[in-house]
This record gives sequence, C-alpha cells and structure tokens, in this order.
Amino acid sequence: MRKRLLALLAILLSFAMLAAACGDDDDAGGDAGDDTATEDDSGDDMDDEPAEDDDESTADMSDVAEEAEGSDDGDSGAVDTGPVAGGTLLIQSTQVPRHLNGTVQSGYATAVPGTQLNASPLLFDENFQPQPYLAESWEIADDGLSVTLNLVQGAVFHDGEPITSEDVKFSLETSQANHPFKTMFAAVSSVDTPDDYTVVINLSEPHPAILLAMSPGLLPIIPEHVYNDGQEIKEHPCNAGTDCFVGSGPFTLAEYEAGSIIRLKAFEDFFIPDRPYLDEIIIEIVPDPASIVIGLENGDTDLSATLGGAANVIRLQENDDVIVTADGHAAVGPIQWLEFNLADPALSNVVVRQAIADAIDREFMSDVLDLGTTFPATTGIHPGSPFHNPNTEQYGAGIEAAQARLADAGIDPGTISLAIDYIPVSGSQLAYAEYIVQQLQDVGFDAEVNTLPDFPSWAGRVAAGEHQMTVNNVWNWGDPVIGVHRTYLSTNNVGVIWTNNTGYNNPDVDALLAQAGAEFDFDTRVDLYAQAQEIINQDVPMVYLNTPPFWQAFQPRVQNPPIGIWGQLGPMHEVWLAE
Amino acid sequence: MNHITARVAWSLGLILAVIVMCFTLIHLAPGDVAIVIAGDSGAGDPEVIAEIREDLGLDDPFLVQLGGYVGDVAQGDLGTSYRFNEPVTELIVTRLWPTFLLVGTAVSFAIVLGVLVGVFTARRPESPISHGVTVFSLTGYSMPVFWTGLLLVIMFASNVQWFPVSGMRDVRLEGNWLEEWIDVAHHLVLPAITLGVIYLAQYSRLSRASMLEVLQSDYVRTARAKGLAERRVVYKHALRNAVIPVVTVAGLQFGQMLSGALLVETVFNWPGLGRLAADSVFQRDAPVLLGILILSSTLVVIINILTDVVYRLIDPRIRVGGASQ
Repeated sequence: MRKRLLALLAILLSFAMLAAACGDDDDAGGDAGDDTATEDDSGDDMDDEPAEDDDESTADMSDVAEEAEGSDDGDSGAVDTGPVAGGTLLIQSTQVPRHLNGTVQSGYATAVPGTQLNASPLLFDENFQPQPYLAESWEIADDGLSVTLNLVQGAVFHDGEPITSEDVKFSLETSQANHPFKTMFAAVSSVDTPDDYTVVINLSEPHPAILLAMSPGLLPIIPEHVYNDGQEIKEHPCNAGTDCFVGSGPFTLAEYEAGSIIRLKAFEDFFIPDRPYLDEIIIEIVPDPASIVIGLENGDTDLSATLGGAANVIRLQENDDVIVTADGHAAVGPIQWLEFNLADPALSNVVVRQAIADAIDREFMSDVLDLGTTFPATTGIHPGSPFHNPNTEQYGAGIEAAQARLADAGIDPGTISLAIDYIPVSGSQLAYAEYIVQQLQDVGFDAEVNTLPDFPSWAGRVAAGEHQMTVNNVWNWGDPVIGVHRTYLSTNNVGVIWTNNTGYNNPDVDALLAQAGAEFDFDTRVDLYAQAQEIINQDVPMVYLNTPPFWQAFQPRVQNPPIGIWGQLGPMHEVWLAE
Repeated sequence: MNHITARVAWSLGLILAVIVMCFTLIHLAPGDVAIVIAGDSGAGDPEVIAEIREDLGLDDPFLVQLGGYVGDVAQGDLGTSYRFNEPVTELIVTRLWPTFLLVGTAVSFAIVLGVLVGVFTARRPESPISHGVTVFSLTGYSMPVFWTGLLLVIMFASNVQWFPVSGMRDVRLEGNWLEEWIDVAHHLVLPAITLGVIYLAQYSRLSRASMLEVLQSDYVRTARAKGLAERRVVYKHALRNAVIPVVTVAGLQFGQMLSGALLVETVFNWPGLGRLAADSVFQRDAPVLLGILILSSTLVVIINILTDVVYRLIDPRIRVGGASQ
C-alpha cells in the first residue's frame, strides 16, 4: 500500500514536470523589467525567425521586415467584408504611464493611451509626410518663419466644447514650456490666433521639425478651459482623473487605475464621421511579457507590442493563430549601439575605435544573439526614416583586420584595458557586451564586462562620464532634430543620459546638423543628413549594432492594426475587429 | 492590559526606527530617481532633470528630507508617487484590498487545510497517507513560490486553460456584482494556492507534530479514561492546545507572507501591494516603497500584538500568568 502511494505521488509529480516542460520554452531572459526606461524598451523585444543573410547590410528596414517570416501587413485575417463597427480591443502592455497628458509627459507609456484620448494637428503617412487630422490644411511661409494651420470646423472636446485655435495655442505653449523634448518647439517665438480656426505659429528661425512635432504623441490638443485654471499642469488632477479628463481624440477615458488598467470608450462626437470603429479599447498593464504571450496564444489578448525577449516573439510566430509583425514604429526609431567615452585616453584614438568596430560582427549579433529579431544598424538614423543614409562607410571586417589596423598605427592592444557597460534591465545587452568582450580579447585587448545593479546606477555612471564604453539604446523620435541631434552636437555634452555622452566634437557635423535643422526643403535636408552620417561613421564615436523593431503580435480579427510610422503611438480610430 | 499597552508603545518606537532606517537605506542607494523619470520620458535634458529634482525636493540636504518625511508621515501624508504621480496613500488603499484578499485566502487555505491534515495524520502517524502528506509537505515547502506559480500557470492557465493567466478580473467583463465576484474568485484560485501551498506544508507538519505531542499528554489520557468519545477528545480538548504553535507561527509569518505575496502578485499580475512594491523598487519610487514598508511593518507589529491577545484567549494559563505578574 505504501509503495503504491509513493508511486502515485511520483507519477503526479512527473505529470506536473512534464506538463510544465511541454507547455513552452519561456524566455527566462525576457525583459520583464522593461518598464524601467522607455528608451530601452524596444531593445530586446524583437523576434521573428532568423532573418536570412543579406549581403546588403544597409537594406531598408521595411524591406527586411517584410522578408521576415511571420511579418504581416495586418490584413491577414482575410476578411472580405468592409469595416465593422463595434467591439472591444484588449491591448496588453508592460508600460506604466505616469499620467495621460502628453503635453507635459513624453514616452511610450503615455503616448499609447494619450493618442487615443487626444487628437493632434497632423498625422503622418508611411513616407513621413504630413496628413490632415485636426488641421485640415497647413501652409509654410516662403521664408520658413511661420506655419499656418487651418483647423477642422465643428470638432469638439469630450465635454462638447468646441476645439478652437486658442486650444491649439494653449497646447503648443504648454508643451513648449513643459514637454521633456525641448527642441520640438524651441524655435517657436509666438502663436497667433486670427480666428477660431486659424493658428499661425511664428518661428525665430526655420524649423522643419515642427511638422513632425505636431504628431499625435508629441502635440496632443488639450482643452484650455480645463487646464488653464491656475493649477500646476504637471500635477493637474485631470491628467488622469476619469471624473475630469477631457480630450479631443477618438476615445474618452472611462476608467484609469494607476499601473493596472486604462479603459477607453468611443467618443460619439469625434470630428471624423463614423470613427472610431471600436466601441472600446482596454489597455491592461501586465508587467510580465510571458503572461502577455500566453494571453495572445489563448486568444484573450488582441494586441501587444511589448513581447519580451526574442524567444517570445519566435514562439508567437510559430503560432498560426497569432500574427506577428515588425512593421511600424519607424518614427520612434530605436537604435542600439556601442558608444565610446572619447575622454578615455585609449578611446580618443580613432584607430582604436575603428579596430573595435572591425571586430564586431553585427550580422552575427542580430542573427545569432537576437535570433534574427533585430536588424543590423549602419547609422544613427533609423533605416525607416527618409533621412537615413544607406551608403556610409562600414566596418566589421573581422578580427584580423582589426589587428592589422592597430599594427599599422603602431598600437599594441595588449596595453589597452577596456570595460563595457550595458543597460542592466536588458537581457540582450548583456549578451552583446559579453560577445564584444570576447571579440576584443581575440583582437588582443584586455577587455571585461562591467555589470551594474540597476538602471539608475548605469544612468548615473554614464551621465557622469565614468564609463569607457557602453551599449546603449536611443530612439530617433521622429524628426532628427528631436532624437538625433542630441547625440552628436558638441554643445549637448551636458552630463545627463541620452545626450552627447561620447563627448563627440566635430565642427563639420555641428554645422551640418544646424543647417539640416533649419532647412525646410526636404531633398536638401536629406542631403545634409547624409553628409553628417558619413562623417560620423568615419569618426566612429559609436559602433551601430542593430535596430530592434517593436514586434507587435495581434489576433487575425484585428484589422488595420497600428503599423504606421508611430505604431501604437498613434490614434486607432481606423482599427476594427472582424466578426 | 498593561502588557498590551506597553507592547503598543514599543511598537510605535519600532515603526519610527523602521521609517528612519528605510529612508536612509533608500537614500544611500546609488542612482538618481530624476534620471529614471527623465528616462521614462525619453529625455536627457539637464533642464528637465533639474526641474524634476527641484519638484521632488531631491536637492535638499538628507536630514531636511528625512525630517520633512517623518513629519508628513506623522500627519498621515505618505507623499506622492514619483512613478504614478498620485498620492501614495491612495495608491496603497487601492492595492490593499487585493493583497488582503490574496493573503487572507492563502492563509485561510493553509491554516484550515494544514491543521486538518496535521490532525488527521497525527491520529494515524504510520499510515501511508501520513507519509504521503509528509512527502507532499516537503515538496511544497521546497518549491520556490515563483516557480510554483509559473508551474501552475503553465499547467492550468496555458495548457488546459481552466484558470486565467493573470490579473484579478476579466477586464472585458461587465456583469452584476455576483458575476464579478465569481470572476475574481476564478482569478484568485491559482495565486492563492501558490502562496498558500508553502505555508500549507508548514502548518500541516507543525500541527501534526504538535498534535502528536498533545495526544500523549496526561489530560488527554484522563479525558479518554473518563470515556469521552475519541472525536471529542481530539477536536475539543487536544486540538485547542495543538493549534497554539500554529497561531504563533502564523503571526510571525505574516511578514513573510507579504513578501511572498510580492512574488506571487508579480507572477500573476495581481494588482496588490506586492506588485506595487516590486514596481517601486525597480523604479526607485521611494515614497511608495517607504509607504509600503511602513504599512507592512505596522501590520506585522499589529499581527504580533493580536497574536499575543489570541494566545491569552486560547490558553488561560498565559492569561493567569500575565495577570499574576
């Protein structure tokens, strides 16, 4: 009897183990701690099956994404009927917003619900070209010193009050004074409102970035009659209060539980007729990407762009009932790189930096370390951006080339000690750092990984310039003026993270960026940024590693999924659910 | 009564010490919360970081910050969350109920089932069932709580899909109160079992050992000699003394239970204090973290005082001994 009982227990235990083992191969290295820092979030959350070897490492991002198996434009539900109104879209995200007022708070977590709650003057198509939204038309003055917006007439806020030029002026000035991206509206000298539906934005100098700065995630139009009440706007109770939140977007705020749930209901008087299609969007905060993946597999979760590590993405791609895509979010433009502290005596030598760049095989990193879920990066401008230059000088010739380069310069790598930091919350970045150390040791350097306990420790060390090299993850944020200039302008070495932490200083690059930042002619801007990227790649203040897409997974019933240049950081009034 | 009053006075001092110690430790940790907040915004602007530091009073000297905080706490103000931009008190109150529900269910499950199993096995210490329970107890005790949780999720939420993967409710459900309660109960099963199973093992082992000892005592022999029914001897006379160690341990373990809830709530995305604490640690949200630490230490102190009271109710000898002192 006793033996039988023990045998029964053993069988039960075995069953439990077997059931667990058969369930899946969860990625223990997934980024559960994702919500530490927005710039780092997309980092390792990519997937897809390993990308095919591509001789053209500079291939356009969207091309690469299309090649990736499992990618889909979002209509793979093969629905024959037209859009159907109604239904609830359940989005799960690891990202926790501080509040929902995008005029004073940037970041992914705020922008996803924020762009549903508030409309902006402009939308942007897949070519980064502006499209009408609250502004039905716009004109740029010949001298580039003013932008005139002609607003849609009849648009109202969620409380029924009309959306007027005064609200746009108030929103822009609020953003100019409070938004963390100071460069967006730095050139705005004044805003005129000649009538209720005309806004004239006067600029102190030509500032082409102002168009992208009027994207949904960057300039939400908020009601002056609610927020201009004398209260400190960053702490305003209506920034997330369901009892008083009034927006201008396609959805209203029905429920907000900090760090848990955001429930949005369709706004019946939205200024675009018959939109939104959905009755409701629920954004549920789920800290563990593995739970999100199971929810997607079970069909409970409709959509998510925070999938955790590469293994999670691949696991979802192997599921025929879930669509996984790398499309979208090109304007967010995350890029991971290995940046050098140019104040370090050894790394101030460009030959040393070029040798390190030669030793790093980006294809290997993307294909093997990231299981094909990232794509090699070649410059500091995201390949999805029209300002990306695909023809810059590239390195990665290998260990022997690196050794030869050093030998030609008379440098003995054995005399150089190097330590690599990385963002601690990122499992992939640790793998990058370990791989790079191995490569550098093969070249002959004395190299090691420097592990820090958490994000604040890393940020403090990098901001103080105490590091030698660090793996980093920086976002373009639409226009290069917003997210690219900050890394290279010599005047922006200001001792905080995500500025010019390398100490890079090249007057030619400064001049090119200054010109590009003040040039409205699109082709001329493209050319100026191309030149800047070329010079930067020759100087190698950092080695570009990869572009980690925002892998999104969704159910086939989700039609018109958010795969535009802003991805989920844009309004979802066109999203609908097939029956 | 004097004893309880003294305990309360000592407890207040203890809580003050906890506040000072926790505040100091958090202050000593490397890194800057202003950078974390700016990082959330994707901004590396010194002006923004300076504004954040000023808004949060982070530029003040340490002692000024500490003094201000202790003063605020004394007035019931736990500050504002850096992360959620909401008053800490509101955040904690919102999260308190889910944690109490989870911990209360897990404790009840563990104590009731643990004691019953313990008593049952004590009456038949050499039976196969008794040995089976021993094996089960050791297995439950030795499994890390997060691993148990993941195992249950994979088995019952992912593979057979009997229970939800995570959360406290189906966010799409819009039913009446009964449907909502059933939904919460459905979501509660896996996290409560996960949290309770490790304590179930302990309580069953503890009550088994205690009951074995009590059943050998003179007064039980006397009760049997008087011809009382065995069930009455066990459940009326022996059990009352046998559960004293269980009550003691349950009181002492309340703090551990809260820390276990931290892991369970994270695994199951249960919107309670544990998850809030975990988020706060990663985000350097000092006001929330301090608020939770103060609350949990207060609760532990209160539970221990209550344990004292329950002792006295269960065992008249303690009551009498205390009075004679």
